[in-house]
Amino acid sequence: MNTTASALAERYGARNWHDQRPDLASVVLDPSRLRDALAWLRDFGGYKHLSFATAIDNIERNAFTLTYTLRNHEKGHSLIVHCDIDRGHPVMESIHLLWEQAWTYQREMREWFGIDFPGSPRVDEEFVLEGWEGPPMMRRDFDSLEYSNAIYAERPGRETRDPASYMKEKLYPEVAG
Amino acid sequence: MKREKTHIIPPAERASPDLSSGKYLVMWQGPQHPGITGNMSLRLVAEGDTVVDCETHVGYLHRGFEKLMERRLWMQNFPLVCRIAVPEPDFNEYCYAAAIEELAGIQIPEKAVWLRTLSLEMMRLASFLMWIGGQAGAFGHGTIIQWSVTMRDYVLDLFEELTGGRIYHMYIIPGGVRSDVPKGFLRHVLEVLNVVEKNLDDIELVMFHNAIFKLRAEGLGYIPKEWIDQYGITGPNARAAGVARDLRKDWGYLAYPKLDFEIILGTKSDAYERSRLRLLEMYQCINLLRQIIDAMPKEGSFKEKLPNPLHWKIPAGETYVAAECTRGEYGFYVVSDGSDKPRRVTVRGPSYTHAVSVMERLARGTNIADIAGLMVSLHTYPPEIER
Repeated sequence: MNTTASALAERYGARNWHDQRPDLASVVLDPSRLRDALAWLRDFGGYKHLSFATAIDNIERNAFTLTYTLRNHEKGHSLIVHCDIDRGHPVMESIHLLWEQAWTYQREMREWFGIDFPGSPRVDEEFVLEGWEGPPMMRRDFDSLEYSNAIYAERPGRETRDPASYMKEKLYPEVAG
Repeated sequence: MKREKTHIIPPAERASPDLSSGKYLVMWQGPQHPGITGNMSLRLVAEGDTVVDCETHVGYLHRGFEKLMERRLWMQNFPLVCRIAVPEPDFNEYCYAAAIEELAGIQIPEKAVWLRTLSLEMMRLASFLMWIGGQAGAFGHGTIIQWSVTMRDYVLDLFEELTGGRIYHMYIIPGGVRSDVPKGFLRHVLEVLNVVEKNLDDIELVMFHNAIFKLRAEGLGYIPKEWIDQYGITGPNARAAGVARDLRKDWGYLAYPKLDFEIILGTKSDAYERSRLRLLEMYQCINLLRQIIDAMPKEGSFKEKLPNPLHWKIPAGETYVAAECTRGEYGFYVVSDGSDKPRRVTVRGPSYTHAVSVMERLARGTNIADIAGLMVSLHTYPPEIER
């Protein structure tokens, strides 16, 4: 295990370090230690660049997995930091004071997944879904087709097809048959 | 309960205009405006003709790509991913294909590596040609865009010859590329490069030695070096501040480690410097394309034979694959749960920070007339924010 991995494990209880490639690894942290660990990675680990932050809806285990990807340009190494939060009460500490652009990612996660980041700038403002009144659209249990059928009127004369079966029929008739 | 609105900019630095005082004008630039790079809008608060506050509003071109991709087979997502960034769709194709290949353990043939590099550099040149027309136009110089769009069309002709498509190519697919180069294609590329290079010489003379362009662009939108990590700034916007970061060098993907090039750096970090640096990168791009044509293998397979893509199940795992596009770090984070569809795909576009956090910060104190020039100098593209 490398020095960053052992330091994260010792200081912040990080676990499941996994080297995906020589230049990419992932690690798991508890939500209560995440902000401090990210600050340590930025200030002492050399991971100064926040590439992006996003969430994964792991509905099967009732959790959102928050994902922060950092880059150490000096070592040429990226680190994906995971952190599970309760899907039933999705609240996470904001990191907007660590990186100036982080509030935009948090605003997106608020709108798309319904995850709250108290104190994050403009987190309650609409991001890309102006006038949206449905549930957070990136949740796995949000069925976009069912929502569209319920909300929007059908346009007469329009044919609809299941993309998978249509592609099979047209491009790979031997498979469809 | 509605919470009090908080802002990223520290209270001491942020203007708190009393909009009822009659001193300020609130105006929207966009979503349809010649000086806006795509469908986005800026809510500007101006005192006289100076902007004191700016908010970026996106979402006008949100198409739910990331949600759609969770419902489609791995292969069916290719017509989607290329549409995330219209000016340079090939970077989306490359990142998504490379992520699938990494998770599935697929190796691509050497010739495909070079053909991918060729395609990405051609795309870079086409995208820069579109940008430079917009940059000149934002400062009232209408001639340049007529030249550069013509040059871009020549590059698009090449794409049509190579892939059958002008804008969206779907050329890079898992396992390699969709086809080999047609007969005579590489000669056509070299001919077009000669024409574009000559045109760039003209653009350099007419635009970069133009007194009005220099007066308006110099000192506009200065990005301090310490902002680069604070804001996650990448690409030419970072390099113009003297920060030597280029994923083609740092990550060494595709054939770039075999090509001879240096990272081009600036020092002044203003709109003029960013523009000049991109012009130099266009010359560099032409040089790289000539190197690629010289060095690429002329024989060999261009695609690994793979099973029927409609039956693909990608092993469970996650990865992040990034490439250096014209605007900086462009990446795909892909998660597979072992099924026939992606579990999660998220796109990291450089405009995410450049067009929102950085733009909002730089706009304050800028003359309204220079807002368009400032935005184009950051080379932003909203659809990669909205996805």
